[in-house]
Amino acid sequence: MNLAIRDIRHSLGRFILTTIGVGLLLMVVMGMGGIYRGMVDDALIVTRGVGADLWIVQRDTRGPFAEVSRLPRSLVDRVAAVSGILDAREFVFHTIQREHGGKPLRMGVLGLGWPIDKGEGLPLIAGRPLAQNHFEMIADESLGLELGERVRLGKDTYTVIGITRWLVSSGGDGIACFTSRDAQTIQFDEPGESVRLERQARRARASEIDFGRTQPGVLQRATGLSGNIAALPGPAVSAVIARLAPGADVDAVLRSFEGWSDVTAYSGAQQEDLLLKGSVDRARRQILLFRVLLTIICAVIMGLIIYTLTLDKLHPIALLKLIGATNRTIVGLILQQSLIMGALAYGVGYLVGQRLFPLFPRRVLVTGDDLLRLAGIVLAISILASLLGIWKAMRVAPNDAIG
Amino acid sequence: MDESPALETTALTKVYGSGHTEVVALRDASMRVGRGEIVALLGPSGAGKSTFLLCVGLINPPTRGRVTIGGRLMQDGPRSLGDLRHFRRENIGFVFQKSNLIPFLSAVENVQIVGELIGRPSSVARRRAMELLDTLGVGPRALNMPTQLSGGEQQRVTIARSLANQPSLILADEPTAALDSVRGRQVMELFRDVAHKYGTGVIVVTHDHRALDVFDTVYEMEDGALRAASHAVANASMEAR
Repeated sequence: MNLAIRDIRHSLGRFILTTIGVGLLLMVVMGMGGIYRGMVDDALIVTRGVGADLWIVQRDTRGPFAEVSRLPRSLVDRVAAVSGILDAREFVFHTIQREHGGKPLRMGVLGLGWPIDKGEGLPLIAGRPLAQNHFEMIADESLGLELGERVRLGKDTYTVIGITRWLVSSGGDGIACFTSRDAQTIQFDEPGESVRLERQARRARASEIDFGRTQPGVLQRATGLSGNIAALPGPAVSAVIARLAPGADVDAVLRSFEGWSDVTAYSGAQQEDLLLKGSVDRARRQILLFRVLLTIICAVIMGLIIYTLTLDKLHPIALLKLIGATNRTIVGLILQQSLIMGALAYGVGYLVGQRLFPLFPRRVLVTGDDLLRLAGIVLAISILASLLGIWKAMRVAPNDAIG
Repeated sequence: MDESPALETTALTKVYGSGHTEVVALRDASMRVGRGEIVALLGPSGAGKSTFLLCVGLINPPTRGRVTIGGRLMQDGPRSLGDLRHFRRENIGFVFQKSNLIPFLSAVENVQIVGELIGRPSSVARRRAMELLDTLGVGPRALNMPTQLSGGEQQRVTIARSLANQPSLILADEPTAALDSVRGRQVMELFRDVAHKYGTGVIVVTHDHRALDVFDTVYEMEDGALRAASHAVANASMEAR
């Protein structure tokens, strides 16, 4: 006869309510783990998604995810010429906040290295990859844009031709993918008045020097397109990403960049490491600590519940001792109850979480490994929680049943 | 057949506290209860009856004296000779003033658990429990929880539980206190039938002098001292028979 089951059956309502309460607490623990895991995954989704073996960034910077990195576009050709490199392309990434349909639209702008990268590797759930060099965009569903929707960004209008799922930046903003040219256009877009004022300022500066005063063509050139002035730099890219040729040694290729005084090169793993130790590190640790705290609170609450349930059973326990029940029987009663509660609460937490987590604004990624680890923690908590009750039960004397 | 008595106590003494706070609850109490014998233990409140039961029930060790149950010396002064809980489980049945059933077990489960504790298979323990409940007239209430039973029914279930391990000794502490006189007498007669039928020694602590005719032997206890019942009490018992 299983005494734990009999006792649970006797006070079923209270047991169910208590289990649901503990289950919801475990769901929060599960959710915090999922948020933590989601944050890490979100942070890495772009770096992994672009499939780069090497990241070449501005000298002594930590890459486009950690700080501003500006490189000339011509660097792509220099990198592509290095021995061991299969191909190289521009990487442009920045965050913008514009208005669309009367609402603020905040997004990460990711430039794809057209025509090598058209977005085939993106997690598309609808639509298609980019098919032309301009005016098309692939948007994450979290941005709330529809297929075929037209979005005006700067002076140009872009059509949504693909929808992705869970393609978000480390800050949680949905990412929209453009060709790198379009991404740069969006990044460096200036209002017409600003462009005109800048041209006028250039003309004024040129007219103050002899060269400008004596050469009318110079003044005329100064008021023209900035791209036509050789002295002005072209739009910068955030980084250059490269794939290694089959069989190439990543360390050997990295060493060849050490002699370049204008750039720093990182392997894909180093870039991920920098990302995790940089922008998401504090948030990650904060969530981790909060999760540990919640687990401890869960253990304390379960301990108190089991202790209270044991206090309610002191008389029957004394009676069991009086009629000769072994300590093993009594320990089994308390421990089994604690384990049953832990297991059911875990199930409740999991089932409720499955329904609630998709409603969260940021991804809650509950992995099988995390679930298994939490199951182990719940098992440990259940055993620990029962210890207090067992200690109390062991102190009960058989003659307490008589008094 | 084992001819050793169900219980034999020799100069059982129990002292609580020491010095100024010393209280002698039992003084050299000696008793012999044969197998199949039912014994009444009378006495005012505080006389030491419950202490005596706790000592012979191997729950509270005596300060001095010996307790021998079924021919086996279990207590020599405060020294226990063997695993008392194990011995209790297999040899002693308890019945108390309050029914003392486990609230989360049904009537039959309250009896069945004793059988399982002594190692009987669950089905065997249950069958035996049902037989006992039927014998005691509460078979139809076997699946009821204790709160669904009347006081008399609860006490019958408790008696059934005390018999489930086929003990050599049953100790009952005012088992009829919560019952009316008719029900009280029925319970006492039940004890007598159990003692005679199963060869079990039964000690019943009681205040109820109307049912003394049920008992084979009557003891009185006063200020911790045990003695055979006075003539008046014994005569009353005989006349009632």
